[in-house]
Amino acid sequence: MGESYAAVMPANAYNWIAVWRRNFLAWKKVALASILGNLADPITNLFGLGFGLGLIVGRVEGTSYIAFLAAGMVATSAMTSATFETMYAAFARMDAKRTWEAILSTQLTLGDIVLGELVWAASKSVLAGTAIGIVAATLGYASWPSILYAMPTIALTGLVFASLAMVVISLAPSYDYFVFYQTLVLTPMVFLCGVVFPTSQLPGSFQHFAGLLPLAHSVDLIRPAMLERGADSAALHAGALCVYAVLPFFASTALFRRRLLR
Amino acid sequence: MNMSTVAIDLADVKKSFGDKVIVNELSFSVARGECFGLLGPNGAGKSTIARMLLGMISPDAGKITVLNEPVPSRARVARMRIGVVPQFDNLELEFTVRENLLVFGRYFGMSARKIEAVAPSLLEFARLESKADVRVSELSGGMKRRLTLARALINDPHLLVMDEPTTGLDPHARHLIWERLRVLLARGKTILLTTHFMEEAERLCDRLCVLEGGCKIAEGKPDGLIDEHIGCNVVEIYGGDPHQLCELIRPHARHIEVSGETLFCYAPYPEQVRVKLRGRAGLRILQRPPNLEDVFLRLTGREMEK
Repeated sequence: MGESYAAVMPANAYNWIAVWRRNFLAWKKVALASILGNLADPITNLFGLGFGLGLIVGRVEGTSYIAFLAAGMVATSAMTSATFETMYAAFARMDAKRTWEAILSTQLTLGDIVLGELVWAASKSVLAGTAIGIVAATLGYASWPSILYAMPTIALTGLVFASLAMVVISLAPSYDYFVFYQTLVLTPMVFLCGVVFPTSQLPGSFQHFAGLLPLAHSVDLIRPAMLERGADSAALHAGALCVYAVLPFFASTALFRRRLLR
Repeated sequence: MNMSTVAIDLADVKKSFGDKVIVNELSFSVARGECFGLLGPNGAGKSTIARMLLGMISPDAGKITVLNEPVPSRARVARMRIGVVPQFDNLELEFTVRENLLVFGRYFGMSARKIEAVAPSLLEFARLESKADVRVSELSGGMKRRLTLARALINDPHLLVMDEPTTGLDPHARHLIWERLRVLLARGKTILLTTHFMEEAERLCDRLCVLEGGCKIAEGKPDGLIDEHIGCNVVEIYGGDPHQLCELIRPHARHIEVSGETLFCYAPYPEQVRVKLRGRAGLRILQRPPNLEDVFLRLTGREMEK
């Protein structure tokens, strides 16, 4: 049994690149629409909440509300773009389009495919997160170099949420089930993890729980980077994110083996 | 058989999904350079066997060796030298013909330069030279199948595994695929194909294995199976009351089968049958040599099909 699970793990360190490049080629054909589509939602939130609420709220944690919110939006857009890329596009490639089936008839393993999909989804997160950072920097709510500092965390956030979404699609019988993950997991996380207001506003027990969630670790790294402050316990946050990226990767690959290779 | 001359070897392979036995103690061997057919009705286990050879389904028991590699444990290594034509097209519809070959070649670790070097000959082989920059979604069914075949050849495989390669194609497209497969056989490739087309099996296969319900019910060369199981001419009689006609011609028939309104009479001397039926109105009589379909239906029963 162990041997058969070992056989589906990535065959080497570079096979996944072919999968990434396949997705990149497909994306290039619709790049403009994809970028605009990915940016519209977070930028609307940033301006709508930032200017609107910002007027009422005033300053938060020593900065303007819109600058506070911008960092949260960068983390959130990294989360949603990786999640949606995995839940919808990767699921289609695994299921209806039979792309994974075609790849499995070559020398790639299931693990190679899953890894390629994860890195691809994380790449889209970097694109989405960075674009919001650029908008914020252009308007003076963040400094230009700060976007570079935030980028590794944005990429890691993308890997984490792609990896978690992989577990969801490895278990979901159809698209209809994804809405539960969105409404019961992702949306609450946005409000629990300090995206739109500081976690210190939460009741104590919620604060402890929220501290365990991946988006909280991500926000706790991205916000100090964008506001050019030192991050507290950066290694702990980065380590937690790595665990959230790696464990679901192995779990989803094993689950896909049961689903696709019987 | 010497292992270096054997492309595929299955020994006592079993597979069940839940309570349903899909493949039951199946053994067969395919020599290098041979075209071997798995023939059977839908649900006979053909696709499951094809997927087992690729390591995509693990057998519950038995031993599978493909190109000298134990499968599924080293299926990935075997797949480096296998080309696959799946039952359902899984081409990249948004990509052009050329891009499909590029993307697929990369899965085998080929460089863009190497893929570009082999692509023209593959496109020529698939008769798709003029379609190189056309999106796959705009191709006809026959062209898509030919592209799937070209794609399967990108890694210059020793073995081709084809699951119903011509199902759903019109006769013209089907004949073109058959002709292309004969070219590959002439080049020394080994082909394993599954089919429920008797004509396809008869035209292409050196040897074949007839399956029903996951069990092998016959194995051999097509003409050998025809001789062994039928061995005489067939007279098909339409119209009239089959049971009444049956009594009439029985003395001259080796074997008679009734399927719906049609009567199949296996007769060493078909003229005698025709004499008996002479003068009867409303009958249509067709006399022909036996074929694989007769064998198949003899072995599996005339009334079996859906």
